[in-house]
Formats: sequence, structure tokens, C-alpha cells
Amino acid sequence: MSHSVHSHPQLDVQVERKFIPKQKDLGADVTWAKINKDVLKSLEKPRPVFWVIFFSALALFSFGVYCEVYQYQNGMGVADLNNPQVWGLYIATFIFWIGMGHSGTLLSALLHIIHADWRKPIYRYSEAMTTFTLLTAALFVLVHMGRLWQFYYVVAYPNERWTWPNFTSPLVWDATAIGTYLTSSLLFLYMGMIPDLAICRDNARGARRALYRFLSMGWQGTDRQWANFKVAYMTMACFLMPLAVSVHSIVSTDFAVSQNPGWHVTSFPPYFVLGALYSGCSGIITLFIVLRYVFRFEAYMTQPILNKLIKMTFAIAMVWTYLDLIEYATTWYGSDEVAKADLIYRATGDYALQFWGMIFCAMVMPFTLLIRFVRHNYVVLLIISLILNVGMWLERFQIITPTFAKSHYPWTWTAGWWPSWVQWGIVAGSFGWFTMLFMLYCKIFPSVSMYEVKEMVHEQNMEEKALAAQTDVHEAGLVPEMKGGQA
Amino acid sequence: MSLSNLIQNWNSFRTRRPYEGQYDDAPYKWAMVIDLDSCIGCNACTVACYAENNLPVVGKERFGKGQAMHWIRIERYWGEGDTMTSEFPDHGAQYLPMLCQQCEAAPCEPVCPVGATHHSPDGLNTQVYNRCVGSRYCSANCPYKVRYFNWWNYPDRAWPNPLELQLNPDVTVRSKGVMEKCTFCMQRLRAGMDKAKTEGRILADGEVLTACAQACPTSAITFGNLADKKSKVARMWKNQQVDLAKDSQEKSEEGIRGYRILEELNTYPSIVYLERVRNLEA
Repeated sequence: MSHSVHSHPQLDVQVERKFIPKQKDLGADVTWAKINKDVLKSLEKPRPVFWVIFFSALALFSFGVYCEVYQYQNGMGVADLNNPQVWGLYIATFIFWIGMGHSGTLLSALLHIIHADWRKPIYRYSEAMTTFTLLTAALFVLVHMGRLWQFYYVVAYPNERWTWPNFTSPLVWDATAIGTYLTSSLLFLYMGMIPDLAICRDNARGARRALYRFLSMGWQGTDRQWANFKVAYMTMACFLMPLAVSVHSIVSTDFAVSQNPGWHVTSFPPYFVLGALYSGCSGIITLFIVLRYVFRFEAYMTQPILNKLIKMTFAIAMVWTYLDLIEYATTWYGSDEVAKADLIYRATGDYALQFWGMIFCAMVMPFTLLIRFVRHNYVVLLIISLILNVGMWLERFQIITPTFAKSHYPWTWTAGWWPSWVQWGIVAGSFGWFTMLFMLYCKIFPSVSMYEVKEMVHEQNMEEKALAAQTDVHEAGLVPEMKGGQA
Repeated sequence: MSLSNLIQNWNSFRTRRPYEGQYDDAPYKWAMVIDLDSCIGCNACTVACYAENNLPVVGKERFGKGQAMHWIRIERYWGEGDTMTSEFPDHGAQYLPMLCQQCEAAPCEPVCPVGATHHSPDGLNTQVYNRCVGSRYCSANCPYKVRYFNWWNYPDRAWPNPLELQLNPDVTVRSKGVMEKCTFCMQRLRAGMDKAKTEGRILADGEVLTACAQACPTSAITFGNLADKKSKVARMWKNQQVDLAKDSQEKSEEGIRGYRILEELNTYPSIVYLERVRNLEA
């Protein structure tokens, strides 16, 4: 504990200020050499539970593939979709996965731009999460298409007859936005990995060495390379920020530009973006806890970092809750009778359970994050983060289904429509597909950024040095020695 | 549509439809009047449509699941003002034949990602099966829910041998995964218009009818060319004081029965319904 004495210039009163050192994001025992060792170890032998997760995911995915092949062969009818219920779980889950993909970019790009250093140990896997959730979402676009073998009609590609996609359609905006976002976030993920791939290259043997050598593109860590790298990385980050905001805004226009009650809402774009960040943040918490255990990242995924992540999630959850309630309020006090009837139907009709489930899981449950015990107990936190995402999935479900069930035209009002096992199978398969890809990624590529954690250690040391210089000479002995050494 | 064409004609893609006098110079604008007072709910129009347009009969189970393919359907209502002394209302049911309203500002058109549904110069909302990828956005955005999706591959089993011999050769048999809907019997119109063109005239009123209008035993459905001011349908629209380009119609006196369904959504449908007159005291 150190204190210094300041005198107020005008009042000439002696004010004693105490410095309570904040808990550091990384422990004092994290050195540069240890970082390399730990992260490289994650590429070799994870805990056995890794294989349990991987093969369960593979099994789920295989079942999803079976369902999709069945649907492809027989037609969309096997999904029990019908005249008003044309979209079902496919579009609901599509929005869910697109949403999941937003926080990775927020964490890596926005926090990078504002120099929030705590992101460094956890941004890499969040970015990987973004990439793989986008790949999963893209699957749903294809899965829900009646003639998926003609999917390329949606893309503006040069062809003999100069036929274009219909640029007024939000689905074309979707295809463009998601395509751009997927490409850029993949590029951003890869670019950020290059210095780490070089470390892997220097430590690997055989086929892996060949892979890393190819991917690290001759990275030597020279001054010039670092300078260029920093500029390029920052440029990408600045490019990605507006892109991330635009993508879910565009997805929300799928609904907002239509006439259906419950969709025709002006506040949809910010509401969707916040919902996306919300589910993405809870997804990051889930994966934080899983990776921490499976790959033994205890030294990097620490409690202070988790606390900051939880704070961010809570804040986003509150903004989302606000926007959701605003949507209900504008409908309630608005003059659109059909939309109001639809809102009442959501809360009291066939899908009331899903509606109130969403309210409970996504609006009430975040308040448990205020409890210290929840933040520090990883099992409870894992379950809560999953519940938050269940809530967000239900939110997407209840945007789609009740609106179709009670739209403008009374003849098509359906009671108690429920998706078939094929839809559920494909939804489950998508979770398998994501988990499988993600786990595979973490096994093959460094899921904690080595060079950025080293930067973090270095900055922490510099901070301590500066602090030590300020404090009393007699107390300077408390400051730990400069760590590191080996790069 | 080439790139230069797209750039040159950008404004024509941004034209707001409909506008006053849109069809003044056009030879054709197909429209309909359906008199609910005459409709007895016999379903003859539906049957005629199935036969004319090669619609598959989906069977009881799939019908129950909401996967029916009836381009024109008879809706049965009993609503306010009905007394129910038995299982059915004392004054009987009300019937409403519902088919694609061929909206002038169709909600289905702008949302199709591939432009498979678009507006024809004679005011029809057309569907290009070969272009459709089956995103079903059009159906999601259609307020009348009159678009029907091929959930199954009907050519496989809907017409077992020798039933395929009764299919109408002028109409495509649709495969799984495409959207379809009422075309106002496009094949008949096309043949008629081509014939008239070779003869250097335009189609006379009543020369071509849709299958449903032709089959209706009470003549509840009137079909015709709205651009031809002397046609029966144009005169009925005028008498009912319904203007194609207006989204709310002012009537000079009570008792004029013409209305368009969900007009407040600014879809500008091409079908006018004549309200049923009910004598609840009788």
C-alpha cells in the first residue's frame, strides 16, 4: 500500500490520497517464456474433455447433415412449414447465429481502437467465434432455400444474359453484407494471427510446421514488418467497426421493411445490433469458461478480465432490454391496431411460453450477474451465460413465429404451429457444426494471442515501474522485478 | 438488362406505382370484380383453377398441415351479427373467394432477392418459376397469403399414370422449391393477346376469361380489361367508385358496395369485392 501527499494549490490543505492497487488482469507469474509455452501446449494435448466435446459436436452435426439431405431429397415439406409459417426455425436461428458473430468484432476491433488492453487474451477466440458463427449463419440461408442448388442467383455475378439480383430486396443486401463481413472478419482473424503463426512455425515439426510456415508468410518479426503490421491491423479494425454495425442493421431490414405486424418497426436496426452484441457477449463468456478449462488457460483468462467482460455484457443487456421495451411501448401506444393485436397475441397466445421465457431468460437473468458469487463460480456462470443465449434464441423465435401466426389476414391465422423434427435436427446440427469448427480451430491455431499478451505483460511492467518511480524510495522494494526476457 | 441499360433507366426502376392515368395509353390492364352477394361458396372456381393451371391435389394430411396449393380458395366466415342457435349461424355463412389480388404496388415484388416476381406491362404480378430460388420472402410479405410454395415435388406423385394426360399443355408443371400463385390465367391471356395482335386489334371484352370467371355458375366473378373504358369490368369499377390509384375510396352515397381488401396497406389491388347485403331481421 502506498500513499502520497498532495497539497491543494489555493486552500493549502493537506490531502492524503491512498492508492489501492487494482487487481492486475494478469498474474505476476506470467512471463514471456511462459506465454509461449502455455499457448503452444494448447495445440498439443488438451484435457480429455476436448474429445468429448468434439465428438458430441460431430455427432450432432452428422444428424443435422442427415436431416438436410432428407429435406433436400423430399422437399421443404418435411420441415412442416406451411402457408403462413414459411420461415420457421431456419430464419430464427439464422438471425441468432448472425447475432452471435457480432461481439467478436466488437471485442477485437472496437476495444483495440480504444486501447482497452484487457481484450488481449480473449479477443482471438472471440474473433474465431465471429468467423464460425457467420459460417453457420450462412448455412441457414442455404438450408432454408427451396432450391438451394440455385443459390447463386442471389449473388450479382456476371452472366451471359445480364440478369441481376433484385437490388431492392433486403435479402440481396443480406447476402452482400454477410459476404463482406465474413470475408473481412476472416481476414482480420488471419492477419492478427500472423506473428503467432510464426512462433508456432518455429516450434512445430512435420506437417504442422509446413502449414504454419505457409500461413505465416515469412514473418520474421523485423521492425519494418511490425510497423506495417500495426498500421494494417488498425486500418482493418477501423474498417470492421462500421461494418459490424451495418450487418445486423441490414438483417433487421428483412423485417423492418416488410408490412407484417411486429416487424414494421423503425427501431429494429439498433435493437437488432444490441441483441446481437448481447448474445455474442454471453457466447464469449461461455467459451471463456470452456476454453479456460479445456486448454488450461487459467493464467490468461483471469477473474479481472472476466469481471470486465461481465460488466460489458450486463451494460449491453440493459440497453437491449430498454430497446425491447421501447418497441413494445411504441406498439402499445401507437395507432397500428394489427400490430397491437399481434403484441397481445405474443404475450397471451399460443407462443406465450416462449415470450415469457424470453423475458425471463434475457431480461431478468442478467441481473444475476450482479451477484458476486455468480461471477466467481464458473459452473453457475457457464449455465447463466447459456440461459442468456437461450433467451436470445427465443427472442428470435418469437419475432418470426407469432407474426406469421397472426398477421393481417384472418383466414391464415394458425393455432399452435410447431416445427417438425427435421427443423429441430438442422438447428441442433448447426450447434454441432459451430462447436466442431471452433474446437478444431482452437486445437490447430493459437486461441490466445501470444504477442499481444506479451505486450500486455510489458505494459503492466512499465506501469509498475512508473508507479515505483513515483512512490517513496523505501517502498520501492515492493515492486516486482522486470519480468520476461525470452521472446 | 445490361449495365448501361441499368444506369440509363435507373429512374424507371424508381417509379412509384400506381399513378393517375397509368394505363390511359396502355392496351391492357387486367382486373376483376367479385360480387360476394352472388357467391354461393360452391367451389367451382377452385376446381376450374385446379384443372386449368395444373395444380396438384395434395391430399388430406398435407391440406391439414396448411400445405394446400389452391390458387383460388373459398374462405368461409361467420362473424359479427350472427346468432348461433345451432352449430351453424342462422343466416348462413359468408363466402369470400380469395386469389392473388394482382396488386399494383405488390409487397411481394420488391422483396424477391432474384426478381422472380415482377410487374408486367398489363398490370399483372407475374412469377418466373425458373428464376425462383425459394426464399419465400414474397409469401412472408404478402398480406393476403395467396402465394403457394411447392413444399414437395408434386410431379412425382400428384398425377399417377394416366392422369398426367389431363394436364394442361399450356401451363408449366412446377417442381419442388418454387413459389407459385394465381396468374389470372396468363396462358389464356397470352394466346388471346397474340391472336388479337396478328389481327391488328385489341381483345374484345369477354373474349378471354379466367377459368374461375368462366366456371362461376352465378357469374359472381367478372374479369376484364380495365384499360378499355367500355368494358364491363371498367364500368363496374366506375359505378362502384373505386379508383385504382387511390388507397381510400370516397363514396358519393351509402349502399355502394365496392371495396378492396386491406386497401389501407397501400397495396392497390386489382380486384374489387362487392360487399354482401344481409338482411339480419328476416
